[in-house]
Amino acid sequence: MTASATSGPLLSVAGVTTAYGSIVALRDVALEVMPGEIVTLIGANGAGKSTLMMTICGSPAPRAGSIVYDGEDIAGAPTHLIMRRGIAQSPEGRRIFPRMTVLENLRMGAEVLAGAHFEEDLEKVTALFPRLKERLTQRGGTLSGGEQQMLAIARALMSRPRLLLLDEPSLGLAPMVVRQIFSAIRDLNRTTGLTVLLVEQNAFHALRLAHRGYVLVNGSITMSGTGAELLARPEVRAAYLEGGRA
Amino acid sequence: MTEAIRKPPANPYVALLKDAGLAALVALGVGAPLLGMQTVPGGRGLALIPRPGLLLATVAAVFVGRFLLGLLFANRRSAARREAEAPPRIGPSPMARIGKLVAPGLLAFSVLMPVIPGIGRYEIDLGTLVLTYVMLGWGLNIVVGLAGLLDLGYVAFYAVGAYGYAIMAKFFDLSFWAALPLTGLFAATWGIILGFPVLRLRGDYLAIVTLAFGEIIRVVLLNWTTLTGGPNGMSGVPRPTFFGLPFSMAGGEGTFAGFFGLEPSALHRVTFLYYLILALALLTNFVTIRLRRHPVGRAWEALREDEIASRALGLSVVAVKLTAFATGAMFGGFAGAFFATRQGFISPESFTFIESALILAIVVLGGMGSQLGVAIAATLMIGGFEVFRGLEEFRMLVFGLAMVAIMVWRPRGLVSGREPSVSLGKRGTIGSEHVAEGKG
Ligand SMILES: Nc1ncnc2c1ncn2[C@@H]1O[C@H](COP(=O)(O)OP(=O)(O)O)[C@@H](O)[C@H]1O
Ligand SMILES: [Mg+2]
Repeated sequence: MTASATSGPLLSVAGVTTAYGSIVALRDVALEVMPGEIVTLIGANGAGKSTLMMTICGSPAPRAGSIVYDGEDIAGAPTHLIMRRGIAQSPEGRRIFPRMTVLENLRMGAEVLAGAHFEEDLEKVTALFPRLKERLTQRGGTLSGGEQQMLAIARALMSRPRLLLLDEPSLGLAPMVVRQIFSAIRDLNRTTGLTVLLVEQNAFHALRLAHRGYVLVNGSITMSGTGAELLARPEVRAAYLEGGRA
Repeated sequence: MTEAIRKPPANPYVALLKDAGLAALVALGVGAPLLGMQTVPGGRGLALIPRPGLLLATVAAVFVGRFLLGLLFANRRSAARREAEAPPRIGPSPMARIGKLVAPGLLAFSVLMPVIPGIGRYEIDLGTLVLTYVMLGWGLNIVVGLAGLLDLGYVAFYAVGAYGYAIMAKFFDLSFWAALPLTGLFAATWGIILGFPVLRLRGDYLAIVTLAFGEIIRVVLLNWTTLTGGPNGMSGVPRPTFFGLPFSMAGGEGTFAGFFGLEPSALHRVTFLYYLILALALLTNFVTIRLRRHPVGRAWEALREDEIASRALGLSVVAVKLTAFATGAMFGGFAGAFFATRQGFISPESFTFIESALILAIVVLGGMGSQLGVAIAATLMIGGFEVFRGLEEFRMLVFGLAMVAIMVWRPRGLVSGREPSVSLGKRGTIGSEHVAEGKG
């Protein structure tokens, strides 16, 4: 472990520009996530939130800028190598393996550790999401939306990440289930010190959960501050209530 | 509108009878010229012979078949509803449980088949052919069924194996047993060569490129006359030996029959070939089953399920795809070497697109990923081809219809259940003592 890793930010994105062909989705984006923090990135549909998550994971690679994780620039590295350094993602739309059982899905999450500590970690994630414990032999595709989201987060946790990327975990879920999932994230952060970068359209819940937040509008960061600060700003309310094009 | 609502529901049997009658009418229309008349070379040109009996039998068969199918579907629909209402099933599906009994039965039968009284050369030859396709089906199943990569050019690897052995035997004088591992290696290399350019392709695009690959291999074999003999093929491919003992009708000292003190018989070689392909097929099955529970095989299935999620979990998609192509190709290569040594003669005609299509049909019909399903589908298809040999060109028609019927009846293939590849060491789920610990 380097000195910079312990004192500086765990993740530092600077000057990142990402494009799909000629469509520029991110323009000169900068953000930082300190160890042990929950940071949220809010923005409307199409603002580029998922693109930033995927760029951190190396797919697509950024056109310009640096992405420093744990003291090393990972911009341009292949995805599977980035994901082996302690970053895990619960992607947008959950993307669990539908024909595989819950247990198999979790096993795939532990694949980067070659299945070391599998049973131990299985107990931890099923303690966090008890509903998964009852459904270990059920196929992923037959779970409810909320259970699938729990599975996607649990699967990401199976790789023992230091940085967890969550892309819209509240998408399409009932408020009750959203509260359950957000409280699980808060517990996880408090008890284990897990660092979380959370992408949300559901800005109200996300800003209340997060220590700090950033607002992404049309591919650029327009505002940042603590969760409470951002919640109090009228522009923020406008940004997420009026479609993020304020 | 209101009238329609008030009308009592029609008797389902009446509807079924009507439906069956309609099907019979269509069969009569289509069958009258095709089946009802036969042309035979007569004294002066062709003569027409009416065959009303055959026509009538066909129409009756269609009627009864359609009626039974209708009954079956009515039951299935309610079965489907019952399934939807039942709580999610835990543990193996009924089909998987039946499979647990069927698979050992089939295995025992295939091992004992040649020694069953009344089984002759024809049956053993047919069994060998069926097993060749079972093996090819299992090989392609790795690529298509497990890894979800639609490969329409699988026959290329079969050809590479066959020609690989023939060339090694002709130019380097290698025996079958020495060449066999090399043909597998050779085909696996070609699997990787195909894999590289198609890494970024998916679905239809992948299918088209693999199809082209199959054709390229065939065209090269057809035109590289100095090496492959071109359209004339390669003859005199050495026959396999029983670990060095040739099968010879002459008998005598260094032959199989001579060594074991048996009466020389053509049946020896045929039986030996049967057991050889049985062993090769079982090897394919064994390796596949083992790999499914290994990180490599799990990664194949994860890739089939969701490529983006697989990548996000740290899997190297390149490595996963290439291992799938290489492993599938290797078994295709083994089967090809077997084909060459069995036939003694190979030509590009044996490796046309229709072979790829047939093998793919076996995999799809079997249930994409099910080992037992592939074995059953191969037996039905190849066995069926033999049974309906008398129909000549109508054979394909019958097969097309049969396949459509099966896919309507079981859209996910004959055996669609998937056995989980991960289970907890302990019985059941986590014991209560661990749950208590999990709190901390
Ligand atoms: N694979 C892709 N190819 C081309 N354009 C894309 C792709 N993914 C996203 N985009 C575009 O990039 C922009 C940002 O999308 P995205 O990151 O998904 O936004 P968000 O997650 O904030 O809703 C959108 O304009 C979208 O159309
Ligand atoms: Mg998004």
